[in-house]
Amino acid sequence: MKHTDSYDRQAVGRVLSERGHLDGPLMPVLHGVQDALGHVPEQAVAQIAQGLNLSRAEVHGVLTYYHHFRTQPAKRPVLQVCRAEACRSVGGEQLLRHAHAAGGCGVEAVYCLGLCAMAPAVMLEGQPYGRMTAQRLDDLLDDVGGAR
Amino acid sequence: MNATTVYVSRDAAALAADADLVAAAIAAHADGAQAPVSIVRNGSRGLLWLEPLVEVQTPQGRIAYGPVRVQDVRSLFEARWLQGGAHPLRLGPVEDIAQFRRQQRLTFARCGLDDPLAPVPWNGLRAALALAPEAIVQQVLDSGLRGRGGAAFPAGIKWRTVAQAAADRKYVVCNADEGDSGTFADRMLMEGDPYLLIEGMAIAALAVGASKGFIYIRSEYPHAIAAFESALRAARQAGVLGAALLGTGPAFDIEVRVGGGSYVCGEETAMLESLEGKRGIVRAKPPLPAVQGLFGRPTVINNVLTFAAVPTILERGADFYRDFGAGRSRGTLPFQLAGNVKRGGLFELPFGLTLRELVFDIGGGTANGRPVKAIQVGGPLGAYVPEAQWELPLDYDAYAAQGLVLGHGGVVVHDDTVDMAQMARFAMEFCAAESCGKCTPCRIGSTRGVEVIDRIVLNHNRPQQVRLLRDLCDTMLAGSLCAMGGMTPYPVLSALNHYPQDFGLLGDDEQAA
Repeated sequence: MKHTDSYDRQAVGRVLSERGHLDGPLMPVLHGVQDALGHVPEQAVAQIAQGLNLSRAEVHGVLTYYHHFRTQPAKRPVLQVCRAEACRSVGGEQLLRHAHAAGGCGVEAVYCLGLCAMAPAVMLEGQPYGRMTAQRLDDLLDDVGGAR
Repeated sequence: MNATTVYVSRDAAALAADADLVAAAIAAHADGAQAPVSIVRNGSRGLLWLEPLVEVQTPQGRIAYGPVRVQDVRSLFEARWLQGGAHPLRLGPVEDIAQFRRQQRLTFARCGLDDPLAPVPWNGLRAALALAPEAIVQQVLDSGLRGRGGAAFPAGIKWRTVAQAAADRKYVVCNADEGDSGTFADRMLMEGDPYLLIEGMAIAALAVGASKGFIYIRSEYPHAIAAFESALRAARQAGVLGAALLGTGPAFDIEVRVGGGSYVCGEETAMLESLEGKRGIVRAKPPLPAVQGLFGRPTVINNVLTFAAVPTILERGADFYRDFGAGRSRGTLPFQLAGNVKRGGLFELPFGLTLRELVFDIGGGTANGRPVKAIQVGGPLGAYVPEAQWELPLDYDAYAAQGLVLGHGGVVVHDDTVDMAQMARFAMEFCAAESCGKCTPCRIGSTRGVEVIDRIVLNHNRPQQVRLLRDLCDTMLAGSLCAMGGMTPYPVLSALNHYPQDFGLLGDDEQAA
């Protein structure tokens, strides 16, 4: 089913007019759209392709290559849990399983947040937290849930 | 009454330990106690086990307290910490803390001293502006500086290649796609002393004749992106960047580009593809980026720490820098100590100390007091270093001679509960998740690698599967286009060779392996 106008075309248009002139503009444009809309709707691919004089295949290929971009709205709040070695050395994997089980947030696995000396590390809606435990994570998610 | 200056780091690692809440609590208490404070949000001093580290400009000098939690703030005021009063959290001057004192801070000399946007003298850039481009390149050559991203290629040779290439445009690109687990030096520098990196990139531009720079920062680093962008704005306003470097030089400006969460974009040619707006897929070399790089133009690509080492070389001379280090590894490396370690953080030291000194003397062993079993050096593509090799000097060539890598200086400590077969499996799993897919050994080998390790662990024809894993690793090592597939065997084989019991291989089976 196609809903060609089910996304904010004006917002995408604004991003295109702000960033379309850059050298190699596709990544900045995709970031701009995701920052504005929370995701890059599949339906926006045609508009982005036209705005940058690219093929839809080129835009689709880039959009789906990078883990950072999502084509569906994220479940909020977004909780990024690091799966890389430093966090694994102090229970990062158990923390990830706990986060999945706890529910109430959109869990995303990431490979390194650069907080390796504060492992295990998570980022909740862009806010970094280190030396995380299951108990603290539950408290954090309760706080965020309560604030909503 | 004059306000007392209080420094609370705004480095992401400090924020991860609630530094914002601590700063707010200090401000609130200061109001209540009528003890005016002026809070400066500095970068981190790198002693991350002490974060949030708070420094107070007392009459006795700059005194550190840490780690300060919100609930400690009241008692700190009661102990008259603004005058440097005694308190269980009082650490004295940072410079006197043992793990700080033994460092040789060149690149990170300024990081954490002040607000990252406080004016700096730009002495390295001034020195470069007084030199001919060839003389700048010569300084970098003479310093012995090698690329800090991991490949350790001599920076001066790369710069000379770009300088000698003829083209209508040339680029300077900073690789800030610091994806290696256990590394955070690039992030800390961008957040704590972004001007130093701007200065290094500007010097590179002068040396090679580039007018445009890009910095590719990973999307997982929102604080570094914000910090570096504000530094760029301030540098433009101050007339450092723009139509004329420092008002007198040629034009140069830098544009921030944000990555997309793809590890392989830390590989320089994949990064160029991404900058050009394409999928981050590795290019075959040659042509080298120095000859045909971004948008087909000659391009200097260096890591954050490489560029950031350059202002010191220009300001204090190539000899000064070269006098640090060991063998052909000159200067200092900001080592990053992480994982299961008691005192984690960033420690800038000359090459040549041993892993044992770093992990035990400085790091204090594991955080939980259990024995150290394995130490991974050089990120997810680096080998696990067993105890027998902890006495090797940490320099590029001594490590390479043993099939090890220093990489970007990341060191991750694991205690004796770690299952090395699972770490080997994870290395393959990570490679499968992050492979760009261009070359077969990496794309397919990583998935097959996961399966083979699973069969080894489950003892499905173990001896044969071990031979298969070695054969597969050999193919990946020799046949991959870049380090992603080409170095994933390092952690895998080092785990297999040094910890065979974790793979279910008893001493007797090792021969079969």
